[in-house]
Amino acid sequence: MSKVPSDLRYAKTHEWVRLAGEYATIGLTDHAQHELTDIVFVELPAPGRKIKAGESCAVVESVKTASDIYSPVSGDIAAVNDAVVANPALANSDPYGEGWFFKVKLDNPGEAQTLLSPDAYSKQIGG
Amino acid sequence: MLKRTPLFAKHQAAGAKLIDFGGWEMPVQYTSIVEEHIAVRTAAGLFDISHMGEIFVSGAAARDFLNHTLTNDLRKLAPGVGQYSLMCNEKGGVIDDLYVYCLGLGNYLVMVNASRIEADLDWMLGLHKKFSAAASVIIENNSDSYGAVALQGPNVASFIDEALPNESSADSLASLAKNQIRPINFAGELIYVARTGYTGEDGFEVISPAPVIEKVWSAFLATGGPHGLKPCGLGARDTLRTEACYPLYGHELNDTTTPIEAGLGFFVASDKGEFVGSTVILPQKTSPPPRKLVAFKMAGKSAPPRPDYPIYSQSGELLGQVASGTQSPSLGLGIGLGYVPAAFAQPETPLQIAIRSHRSPAVVVKKPFYKRAK
Repeated sequence: MSKVPSDLRYAKTHEWVRLAGEYATIGLTDHAQHELTDIVFVELPAPGRKIKAGESCAVVESVKTASDIYSPVSGDIAAVNDAVVANPALANSDPYGEGWFFKVKLDNPGEAQTLLSPDAYSKQIGG
Repeated sequence: MLKRTPLFAKHQAAGAKLIDFGGWEMPVQYTSIVEEHIAVRTAAGLFDISHMGEIFVSGAAARDFLNHTLTNDLRKLAPGVGQYSLMCNEKGGVIDDLYVYCLGLGNYLVMVNASRIEADLDWMLGLHKKFSAAASVIIENNSDSYGAVALQGPNVASFIDEALPNESSADSLASLAKNQIRPINFAGELIYVARTGYTGEDGFEVISPAPVIEKVWSAFLATGGPHGLKPCGLGARDTLRTEACYPLYGHELNDTTTPIEAGLGFFVASDKGEFVGSTVILPQKTSPPPRKLVAFKMAGKSAPPRPDYPIYSQSGELLGQVASGTQSPSLGLGIGLGYVPAAFAQPETPLQIAIRSHRSPAVVVKKPFYKRAK
């Protein structure tokens, strides 16, 4: 059974969002890492880049496939996780912790409320 | 509806992730591709290869027919021995790569790729019609009534005899030399055990009538468990064979590539006389063709190279495209195979692989990427 933490919000495209004031941390859900398995490479956006919600801004590669990561929110890339670039397997072993991808300074902190609740995401993945 | 092998129920029961592999519903992995790959390199892995084809060729002229049809020399095959070979068209292009085993005088088993069974059969039957001694050659396609498994890894010799107890011979199966094949009685059927494989490790391939292949699978899992045996899917099969630089039909080999371009001249006989494609292939042994299959590795941390990614020279000239590519679990680097002009085929030649919007540095290396310690 995939973990779906109750303190996060989710995108249909399997990214999670952790909100802290005007900043959001984004990563890949447990369900998605389980589908991909063996993540071998992570390509993250450049800090400072402006992104819009729904825009593809990162890539995750498993042994067999490359998958796009979409930012669930709009704003500026404030930070990227060098640890997961150096050790892509963190996205499999600790998707909600050490395996985070990037932080966004939100254009509109209210925007995150339009994302999926933990229940809605669980339903989507068949939980 | 996808085709299923006789081992489908076993894959489901083991929780395999199933995919469409050329029309077959096959396991791509059971736990993780990397885990399964490492199991084969350090202990043992078990693969379902029942989707492959088994074509039996027999009769007084069987050897001559196969020597006309295939590139390697069957005169080298005593009963109980097999060889890797290629079947080519008149232009020297590869129709399939395969293994041919001599089961006895005038009795051969040709093991072909799953994706090429129909094409191979059509081709062989076409040649048979034109063959002068056709009346002394019988071709039987038993692909649907046979299954097969591959048992690969450094520990396999430790439990093969326990798994397949063998009253018909004084010699153990573990004593089979590379490329040898032996028929044994198992669960009331005649099955074949060959010391062959596609992973670069020690191993056996067992070819058996479909009704007992499940028993063979279970026997291996039961006896191999204590030796670290894991069931493995097609994902690991691909990373293992890429590390060993073994070609895969549809990637390194197709009907426009010759065995010489692919670096397989060792399996082309220069002195057995004509065979289909020999007029193109044999001159290439002395006048190398303009393009060559090379092995390359990524020069540092990068996304893995994948089939069809463009290959550029260091100065930006388009050279070809990646035929096979992956992240190597044993090397921790991206590795791949691809055709380039001969001038760029020397080891240490720098290359660039186009991955999405940028070009990542790579370098030509000697084959294979991985060779098991003796």
